[in-house]
Formats: sequence, structure tokens, C-alpha cells
Amino acid sequence: MTIVLILSILILVTIAIWQITKIFELSQPAKINDSQIADNDDNNTQGKLMFAFLAFIYIITLFSFWKWGDVLLPEAASEHGSQYDSLMWITFALIFFVQTVTQALLHYFTYKYRGEKGKKALFYSDNDRLEAIWTIIPMITLAILIFFGLYTWTDIMSVEENEEALVIELYAQQFNWKARYSGEDGVLGDANVRFLQDFDGKNIAGIDSTDPNGFDDVVTTELHLPVGRDIIFKMRSQDVLHSAFMPHFRAQMNCVPGMITEFQFTPITTTYQMRQKPEVVAKVKKINKIRVEKSKNLVANGEEPLEPYVFDYLLLCNKICGASHYNMQMKIIVETPEEFEKWINEQPNFAESIQ
Amino acid sequence: MSIVLDAHHEEDHHHKETFITKYIFSQDHKMIAKQYLITGLFMGIVGIAMSLLFRLQLAWPEQPFWIFEALLGKWAPDGVMDPNVYLALVTIHGTIMVFFVLTAGLSGTFSNLLIPLQIGARDMASGLLNMISFWLFFLSSLVMLMSLFVEAGPAAAGWTIYPPLSALPQAQPGSGLGMTLWLVSMTIFIASSLLGSLNYIVTVINLRTKGMTMSRLPLTIWAFFVTAIIGVVSFPVLLSAGFLLIMDRSFGTSFFLSDIFIQGEVLHYQGGSPVLYEHLFWFLGHPEVYIVLLPALGITSEVIATNARKPIFGYRAMVASILAIAFLSTIVWGHHMFISGMNPFLGSVFTFTTLLIAIPSAVKAFNYITTLWKGNLQLNPAMLFSIGLVSTFISGGLTGIILGDSTLDINVHDTYFVVAHFHLVMGISALYGLFAGVYHWFPKMFSRMMNKNLGYIHFWVTAVCAYGVFFPMHFIGMAGLPRRYYTNTAFPYFDDIANINIVITIFALIAGLAQLVFLYNFIHSMFYGKKTVQNPWNSTTLEWTAEIEHIHGNWKGPIPSVHRWPYDYSKPGYKEDFVPQTLPLKKGEEELQH
Repeated sequence: MTIVLILSILILVTIAIWQITKIFELSQPAKINDSQIADNDDNNTQGKLMFAFLAFIYIITLFSFWKWGDVLLPEAASEHGSQYDSLMWITFALIFFVQTVTQALLHYFTYKYRGEKGKKALFYSDNDRLEAIWTIIPMITLAILIFFGLYTWTDIMSVEENEEALVIELYAQQFNWKARYSGEDGVLGDANVRFLQDFDGKNIAGIDSTDPNGFDDVVTTELHLPVGRDIIFKMRSQDVLHSAFMPHFRAQMNCVPGMITEFQFTPITTTYQMRQKPEVVAKVKKINKIRVEKSKNLVANGEEPLEPYVFDYLLLCNKICGASHYNMQMKIIVETPEEFEKWINEQPNFAESIQ
Repeated sequence: MSIVLDAHHEEDHHHKETFITKYIFSQDHKMIAKQYLITGLFMGIVGIAMSLLFRLQLAWPEQPFWIFEALLGKWAPDGVMDPNVYLALVTIHGTIMVFFVLTAGLSGTFSNLLIPLQIGARDMASGLLNMISFWLFFLSSLVMLMSLFVEAGPAAAGWTIYPPLSALPQAQPGSGLGMTLWLVSMTIFIASSLLGSLNYIVTVINLRTKGMTMSRLPLTIWAFFVTAIIGVVSFPVLLSAGFLLIMDRSFGTSFFLSDIFIQGEVLHYQGGSPVLYEHLFWFLGHPEVYIVLLPALGITSEVIATNARKPIFGYRAMVASILAIAFLSTIVWGHHMFISGMNPFLGSVFTFTTLLIAIPSAVKAFNYITTLWKGNLQLNPAMLFSIGLVSTFISGGLTGIILGDSTLDINVHDTYFVVAHFHLVMGISALYGLFAGVYHWFPKMFSRMMNKNLGYIHFWVTAVCAYGVFFPMHFIGMAGLPRRYYTNTAFPYFDDIANINIVITIFALIAGLAQLVFLYNFIHSMFYGKKTVQNPWNSTTLEWTAEIEHIHGNWKGPIPSVHRWPYDYSKPGYKEDFVPQTLPLKKGEEELQH
């Protein structure tokens, strides 16, 4: 962390000092050259600096991966997560390779062919074979990526209604989330924002009380998911656009007022299991170290210390929705089917909550 | 045509120009170019300053800053920024940078300056429309700046102003008068852009000098020409989206709104869809990326060829890729909407077209690199910025392969990964194009040279900081941090990336300072720079045959005619390493352009 700062500041200072000395040197009356035209010295230094810049790009890349590589892509916890991740890492490897090679060529050529007075460049204006090569190679590579991408996409996005699946409505509003479970009948009751004011505002998800399917629906402020079960999310919003983003499940879908959007996935790791994973343990430890440091300052100022962090899955709002957009979240708990049944049975259903 | 123009030109000499007709309501394309540039730079200062403010907030969210209170007043009591103001800052930063700096400032400046000069015309097809175009742009800038001073604050729904957030003042204070002014400003802006674009198209088609066939046009002109066409095709769609939004906001229609309950009240809207707005917006929004980028690439082609002292490699392929990008740019908008709720099948169509656009982009990048190969590179500041552009274009473009893939987009959509991607590939690249253009054509604009060493400092600090800012951003994006978050302290989960935000902000602040070097150099050189010679870069194109001093009509004598393509650098058989386009082919000499 501090290393990168010091390193970059050093680089900047070096460049600045070199430039300043250069200015002084050039401001000697004998050889004023305050124009933009680059002379041999300029070409020489700038060419070398360009080569150094290549090193800088490589260093900042490697440094970032070494220092921050652990934050990339949170641990996957859904069935399609591993599929997503492998596509991501294949694509990453590819662009990493292309980046390394093309940046090398670009900066090396700049260094190698830096100008010299009296030299003449090679008159080389076209080569159909070269053009064909770098049209066809990207084409084939992209064709493969498109093929795999579309295959995975169709797989992830096709929502299949089935008997086993648990249907949950995610209900978004400025600035919180609610979840609605379909209850014993497995069918969500009709809903519309026009019913929100019924029952003195107790109808917090706008369930239509004339639809018999709605009475056993359960509305909660925590999202509990049974592990290993196919879950179909139906998203609604009551005011502006929101986006339900569940990074650990590689899941995201916008919530659009006036329509119902869908996403489907199967959680495969319970919150408890996730908390035991060494990567997560390490992350929590790292975060808590930071929080302890921060708390020291807070306590010194007479404020409450921060609570220690415990891992939980996240549901974030990821579409700008107003002032508290940054804090629109819901806790997700993935648990065993038994725990889930127990929890859901403790929640009041719609019929009970409007009384 | 040229005869008529010549006669017209003779007449002009007898006009006595007043201060007002020369410097303010000028119809001369060179003066209008300068007006665009200076207005654009001013807007750039505002836009960049805003980004520095919200970067401070992101790095040290718990820390009050006196500068917030000094600049934002009641919106930052005791130096603590209000979340609504944070959103307003990112919104206006985006709007200003995309439209006012990188569309009008970049395209407006260099299309105006270079189209007549490089195709050999006395002026634009219509000087009057050109003047109106600038003044509409100026007016829209004023309205946009005015919106910063309204009671409830400027528009704050993100630069994409998705309804219902942008349509309902109940949803957000910025969606009141601030949003109205935003829409008014953009409407005027689009009118300005259309007038400008139509003028560019007509000029390129009709006013080319003798011998200047389309296949002899410099790549700058090809880029400006195609950019203007994209603008004419796509900007009206944004205009219509804006009109429909105005109807929804002020006249109670329901184009984009349906079933809304807000602030304890059910609104009457029914049957509309925000997704429709998203389609309309991105039908401009995506081509807009290329409206910003193509002129920068055009400038880069010219600057790299001139300073490599080599023909641009693959002229025909470059033109073909500009055309391919232009065509594809109009059918890829859906990649901004993979998870908007539209049919997933559409998502797969847009993935296909989006990844296709990587092909012409790759061709361009490889052609630039090959142009450098075995060149005699003159590494002046313009050249450094052009090479820097190719570098950021590659770095930023490659991550587009991740974002353009609908599957991978699921987890990085609207995170900082996107912010990093588009800032590198269109923000920084286009800015580098702007800088390269200013350094390269400054002598043409102001008859003076800029200071080289200050240019070097400007480039190196900017180049290091650009990567310093945007490279780490990919990491916080992949970690899942959404963009447009006022602070990430609401999620302890993100506590371990807070330090990355600090690194980014420090680089951003240094980069901001470096732009002061540029401004100083720009203003100082305008008045005290060394006088330029006629053709300082030993360039082949027509603008360097025009008079150094600006005269109405560009050439004192007849317009030169053109005998060869614009990239005869280091051609065998010539003593000099450049052959101007005006020099006739020698007996038996082939016009090598393929």
C-alpha cells in the first residue's frame, strides 16, 4: 500500500527533477529551443522513458494482483457460479496475454525507432496478409468467446418454472428491500402499488386482497434461502429503478416499476459453511484488523467503536436510486432446508399481518 | 464551385472586420474552432474539478473537508458532503465530460479547424450555420452551468438520467428544476451538434479541392466525416427521448412511467416503461462513445504518421474499420441493458454484435503499432499523447470483452469495473486525442508554438496517473463495489478496499494538478510562444500550405490542388522525408496507397 505510493511519488519526482534540469539546461541563451520540435536529445530521452513506461505498466499490474488479488470476485456460492468464474478467468487470461504483448510492441517500437536526425523511415504502407492475420485471429478468438458466452448466458438466464423451485419476490423501494415468499400454495398473490395503502399501510408489498393466493404470502426484511434448492426470483420496484445485485451468487437483475423481472439460481453453500472457508476467514480477519484500527481512533474521539465484522451474503442496490442508494441492502442467509422451514413458519403471513 | 468561392473570397478582402465579427460572432471556421476549444477547455476544468471533489469524498468518507463547504456551501455543512450532492457531482461530471468536453470540445474544435484546411476549402459550406452551432453550444453550456446554482441542486440521476428517478422530484431533489435545466441544455446542445454535423458532412462531400478524392482524404477527415454521420443518425433519438421525458415530467403522460408509489402517494402513471427510455437513450448513448473516440483516433492517425515519418499503415483498412465501427456502433446499444429486464435472447444478440466491434478496433490498434515499426519517431508531446492513446485504447478496450459478454456482465455491471473500462477506453483516450490535437495544431491555430518541456511534464504525469487511477479501479469493481455509491462504509464487507480508494484519489489529485501545467502552457504560448514557421512538422497535408496568419479564405492565392494521398512520408526517390499532397506525381511514379 504505502509502497505503491512511495514508488509512484518517486517516479513522478524523478521525472519532474529531470524535466526541471532539462529546462534549465535548455534555457541557456546559447541554444534556446522552446519550440515543440523534438531534437535528437528529446527523442532519445522520451524513447527511453517510453520503454520505462512499459515497465511501469507491468509493475502496476503485477503489484495490483499481488496486493489486491484477493479481493477479485467474491467466493462463488451458486450452482452457475463456477461456470461464470471459469469463463471469467479464461477471458481474463486472454486479455492479459494480449495486453502484455501489444503494450510491449507499442512501447518497444517507440523506444527502438526513436528518431534520429538524418535517418529515414521505411516506406511501408500496406500488407494485405498482415491485415488479414489481425482481422482473422481476433475473429476466431471472439467467435470462441461468443460461443461459450452465449451458451452460459442462455443457461443462466432461462428461467424454468418447476414444481420444486421456490418462488421469491424481491421488492425494492427507496431505500430498502423486502422479500415475499409464496407460502403454502406456492403461488404469489397478485400485487400492485395501488394496494399499498390498504389496511392502514400494513400491506407493505401491495398484495391484492381479492386474490386468494395472496393470504398465505410472507413478507420479510431478511432474505433466507434453503441451500441446494432452485430459487426463482421475481423482482418488483415500487418507485424508481433499482438493481438486485448478489455478487456471491453471480446474480443481478434490475427492478423496474411497472414490470416483473426474473432471475433464477441455486445456492450451494450455506452461510455457515461459507464462514468456515479459509479464504473467507482470511478476509474477515483482514477486515476486522482494519476495523480495530479505525475503532481506536473513534474511541479516542469519544465515539462508539465499530462492531466486529461477521461474514454474510449481500444483496446490494446497484442502480442509482437516490440519496441513500449507497446503503440500500439486505442480509441474505443461506441455511439448511430444515432451518429454512423453521424460520419461514415463524414469520407472520399476509392474512395475519393485516389484522 | 471553387470559382464561385474564389470570387466570394476576393470580396471578403474589402470587408473591414470589426472586433465583434472577428472575435465573437465570427463565421470563420478557424475562429469558431478556437471558440469551441476554449469553451470546451473551460467546461473541462469544471468537469475535472468536480471529479476531484467526489474522489476526496470517496477516499476519506468520514473526513470533513473545508473545500467542500467553500465550494458547495449549504450542500456541505461543516465540510460534510450531502449524498444528493455527491450524486449531482457525478452526474454533471459525466454530462460535461462526455458531451461538452469530448463531443463539442474535441469534435467541434478539430472538425471546424481541419475540415476546410485539409480538404482545401475556403471555409465551411455554411459559415452562418457554423456560427449558430457554436453559439447554441455556448448557450447550452451556460444553461448547464446555471443548473448548478438552483435551490434544490442540479440533476443528480446519473448522466444517463434514467426515469423514474429523473422524472420525479419526489424521488430526488435534483429531479426538479435542476433536471429541467439539464434537459433544456441538452436539447440546445443537440441542436448545436446537428447543425455542426450537417455542415461537416456537406463540406466534406462538396467542397473538396481539385484532386482531393475521397481516397486521398487524410484519416482525420474520414474520422470527422463519419463521426458527423453517426451524430446525425443518433442524436435525434436522444432528443426524442428527452422530449418524451419532458412530456412525462410536465404534461402527465406515461411514456416511461407506470405503477409508482412514492412519498406515501400513488401516482397516476400507468402503462409506460423505463426500459423504453433505456433503449432510446443508449441508441444515442453507445454511438456517442464513438462520436467521442473516432475524432481522437483520426487525430492520432495523423499525428502518428507525421511524427513516425511513415505512411499510416493500412490506409484502406483504417477507413474500412472506421466505417465498420460506425455501422456496428448503432446496433450494440443493448449491451448497456443486459440485466435491464429485457428479453435475455436480445442480450445474446447484443453480445454477438458487441464483440464483433472488437475486430475493427483490433485492426486499428495493430495498424498503429505497425506504423511505428521502423519509423523515425519524432517524440514531441503530440506524438507522446498519441502513443499514450493507443496504450489506453488497448488497456481499456480489452476489458470491453468482459463487459460486452452478457454472461460476465452480470457480476461487473454498474460496478467500478465499468467505470475503469470506459474511462480508459473513451475518457482518457479521447482526452489524449484532444491533447495530441492541441499540441500538434497549436501552431495552426495561434501561429505560435507551445513549450515542449512543459508538454513533456504534462504527458508523463498524466500518463502515470491515468493508469494509477484507473488500473486499481478494476479491482474494486471485481470485488463487487457498485458505482455511484456515496461511500462504501455502509458495507463492512468493503472495508478492505478502502485503501485502494485512497491510492486512486492521490493519483487523481496529482493528475488534476498536471492539467494546470497544460493550461499555463496553453495560455502562455498563445501570447508569448515562439512564432511558428509555415510547416513546423514537415507535414504533407494541405493545412500547412495555408497562410500562417489567419485570413478569411485560408489561402491568399488560388486553392492548391491535390495530386497524391496524404501519407507520402519517407517515400523512396525523394530527398526530403515528406512529399506534400500538392506536389504532382513524377513521371512513372505510382501513387502508392495500397
